[in-house]
Amino acid sequence: MTHPATAMPAISYNFAYLDEQTKRMIRRAILKAIAIPGYQVPFAGREMPMPYGWGTGGVQVTAALLGADDVLKVIDQGSDDTTNAVALRTFFETTAGVKTTSHTAEANVIQTRHRIPETPLKPGQVLVYQVPIPEPLRFLEPRETETRKLHALSDYGLIHVKLYEDIARHGHIATTYAYPATVNGHYVMDPSPIPKFDNPKMDHSPALQVFGAGREKRIYAVPPYTSVVPLDFADHPFTVQRFSQPCALCGAEGVYLDEVILDDQGGRMFVCSDTDYCAGRQAEGHTGTLSAPDAPTRADEGPKEGCS
Amino acid sequence: MTSSAMPRPKADDEAPLLVAEKLTRFYGARLGCREVDLTLHPGEVLAIVGESGSGKSTLLSLLSTELAASSGRVLYRQRDGVTRDLATLSEAERRLLLRTDWGFVRQHAEQGLRMAVSAGGNVGERLMAVGGRHYGAIRQQAIDWLGRVEIEADRVDDDPRSFSGGMRQRLQIARNLVTRPRLVFMDEPTGGLDVSVQARLLDLIRSLVAQFGLAVVIVTHDLAVARLLSHRIMVMKSGRVIEEGLTDQVLDDPREPYTQLLVSSVLVP
Repeated sequence: MTHPATAMPAISYNFAYLDEQTKRMIRRAILKAIAIPGYQVPFAGREMPMPYGWGTGGVQVTAALLGADDVLKVIDQGSDDTTNAVALRTFFETTAGVKTTSHTAEANVIQTRHRIPETPLKPGQVLVYQVPIPEPLRFLEPRETETRKLHALSDYGLIHVKLYEDIARHGHIATTYAYPATVNGHYVMDPSPIPKFDNPKMDHSPALQVFGAGREKRIYAVPPYTSVVPLDFADHPFTVQRFSQPCALCGAEGVYLDEVILDDQGGRMFVCSDTDYCAGRQAEGHTGTLSAPDAPTRADEGPKEGCS
Repeated sequence: MTSSAMPRPKADDEAPLLVAEKLTRFYGARLGCREVDLTLHPGEVLAIVGESGSGKSTLLSLLSTELAASSGRVLYRQRDGVTRDLATLSEAERRLLLRTDWGFVRQHAEQGLRMAVSAGGNVGERLMAVGGRHYGAIRQQAIDWLGRVEIEADRVDDDPRSFSGGMRQRLQIARNLVTRPRLVFMDEPTGGLDVSVQARLLDLIRSLVAQFGLAVVIVTHDLAVARLLSHRIMVMKSGRVIEEGLTDQVLDDPREPYTQLLVSSVLVP
């Protein structure tokens, strides 16, 4: 059978790209990961049609989780419209035909790279993280055999040596992303390179959080309503980043902001890293210092013309 | 001088701290050491001497549970007074023992230190591993211990790569003693150091041993080090203990021909 317009053979994918046996294997790994919160479960990661580092782990987890009636949202650094997010969303539109959305509240499955949405997650939602390096001890102890023992024995003095070094060198704990946290009182996990600003959102979240590392072939999970406690010292407690100004477009405070360079004269603005959240606030009529009354907002930004 | 500075053993310290019974280790068909019996009391310093390949490092690895024995066993009296066969300890118990009650000073400081971590972090590691979670307190103890091993407090944030050989050894000692162990293993702690640095290090070890009443098993091929530090001595050859006794007695009046050879081989400047 050929496609009428292009005369190329029509490609038909199995639902969500992966074959059913592979999806079952990944689901077993996910179930085990949920049963042992924070424990890195090895799984037989497949080659995906994208390079390692582009979310191959997250994609496999999402593929195994998706059902025909699920609604998918994909974000990359908080944004719905950057390369990685667009590419993966189109991938699942093509291979699974599922509905996609950019609204956090409407999605059942949210695949994310490096952020947790600002809109609080609800029960029934699943947040899938793309993880480059799942082992929080990797740069402290190179032997995998030894790190597994350290995890098994809950022997995490080494991570505190790292934090000690931070304070000794910088005067404060200088780790700002991928901030290690204890899950359910036992395993220490790398929460993927989310800013430490997002760490408190993981604690007792009503949503299921699943982490997929494609290159390292590991899956781990934080079940709903599970404690996630960042490591710290009694006299240097964990703190999150603070911003001195609100979002320049929607005036939001207490959210994670991106710095955007406006010109080569040192002009800059700080805007929400979560584009869906920012657009939602602008639609509700919130404004910031740089939002002109008649300027197009992110919500009604259409495809730009004449940019090729 | 040393013996007079030693604290007198308390009544409940009469029982031996460490006992090895018929300790044997083969590497395939080759012999590491054979049927070694050994008893170490609290506060006692035992030197194991012998030439390269005589099995002294194997014996030290067996005692410190780094190697499993082919046969025989090692008993250790814990702080709670219970004597345990070390082979029956769980991995978690073994690791706790290694980082609280024991120390291990290695010949090459790079093996005993984290070279990319500051001196303070090196000393503090054991404290954090046993649950220390107060940065200020950990750092204060690290500075305190650097002082005891004669490293200036302003070097606390330097990493050991910038330290001399003698300083690295002293840092290793501080790192091991910070949890107040009762038993320290030393493998050629003065190897590769020039004589004046050696002398200072030996002085330091001697005073710390006396001050804290440490039991020490020290492996060395240097008879002068053995004479200076140890109360008792064991001479090994081809994996067996051929002679043992009080250090002065063995070195002044060696009985075995091999020991006589060893003693007469020492160069006198």
